[in-house]
Amino acid sequence: MKSVLCILFTFGLWLLLTWSLDPKVVGVGLMMAILVATLLAHIYPDNPHKALDPRRWFWACIYFPYFLVLCIKSNLDVAYRVLHPDLPIRPGIVKIRTRLTSEMAKTFLANSITLTPGTMTVDIVGQDLYIHWINVHGVDAEEHTRRIVRPFEGLLRRVFE
Amino acid sequence: MSETIAQWIIGVGLMFDLLGCLGLVRLPDVYNRLQAGTKCVTLGTCMIMFGTFLYGVAALDRPQMAVQALLCAVFVLLTSPVAAHAIARGAYRAGARLWEGSVIDRLGEDLHGVRPPAERAEPADQPAAVHHFTESES
Amino acid sequence: MSPFLVFVAGGLLLAAAMCLLRIGRGPTAPDRTVAIDILGTLMAGFCCLLAIWTGQDFYMSIAIAWSLVSFIGTIALAKYLEGRQYDE
Repeated sequence: MKSVLCILFTFGLWLLLTWSLDPKVVGVGLMMAILVATLLAHIYPDNPHKALDPRRWFWACIYFPYFLVLCIKSNLDVAYRVLHPDLPIRPGIVKIRTRLTSEMAKTFLANSITLTPGTMTVDIVGQDLYIHWINVHGVDAEEHTRRIVRPFEGLLRRVFE
Repeated sequence: MSETIAQWIIGVGLMFDLLGCLGLVRLPDVYNRLQAGTKCVTLGTCMIMFGTFLYGVAALDRPQMAVQALLCAVFVLLTSPVAAHAIARGAYRAGARLWEGSVIDRLGEDLHGVRPPAERAEPADQPAAVHHFTESES
Repeated sequence: MSPFLVFVAGGLLLAAAMCLLRIGRGPTAPDRTVAIDILGTLMAGFCCLLAIWTGQDFYMSIAIAWSLVSFIGTIALAKYLEGRQYDE
């Protein structure tokens, strides 16, 4: 089951990248997809059948525009800080804790944090994330966690776990 | 019509790219530069690619360019934050210091028990190995 | 071709020049790594512009390949930075 899904995904990627329906190209692509998905099976996600669940796709469709809005807000925030003559920054590295457990969800959480206003993931140790924050608010870890992680955690848990 | 929308999107993306690179030049330390650069250049380049997609769909009718532009935007959106994360981690482990005005450094406290520069009266003694990249040009 | 594309190409070259300034001036190795990473992403965007401009679809393949190779190169540089203190 897992290998079939991985082969299909790799083969689809090949078709999109080469954009050719020439039988030779398609044949080589099929062979390469089988080879890659078999030899590098440990790199692919462990439970690819989760991607077939329509509910996950529904939540992903809600997540994406939300993420995009935050991303544009973060860009305007950076633009303000860069163009301001005094550079109004107050940076620091804070530590937060997430309740997500699967690797995929944590990866996407870290990526989302990096692209949203003022925060960037520096290191991940187990469930703890170290976040570089360009303008630190609040004093303790709970408040940092509430401000940084809460916007994403619920949606990401529905999408990936 | 669609071409006009594509041009606006590409123009806004270009503006974000320029601001990101300006941040890369102006901001004081590695982590702040990484923030400005990664956020702005990722979204800016993705907007340029989305503009290319619109061009390919409507104005010029080239499906290959449109699909591959979307694919490229997805790749950039996925890989760029991971690269930023890797650089930040590598820079911290290599001993790149935070800017003097930084207010808090939990990672440093957890890694080798130093307090952040703002709370420190005099430079705390760190292990000698982490001083590699801290000498700045005079 | 169209003046708009020339304008955008000029803007991207200006951004790339700022990255080069940071590569040249950056006091430490991580600064240069950041600038190299960002330069790679910018150049992938530039390849998209070339694809519109010249009407050749293969420039999009170049953009995809460039962004992926730049990503792998950045990861390698970051690993090198991270491992450096153990080597010496």
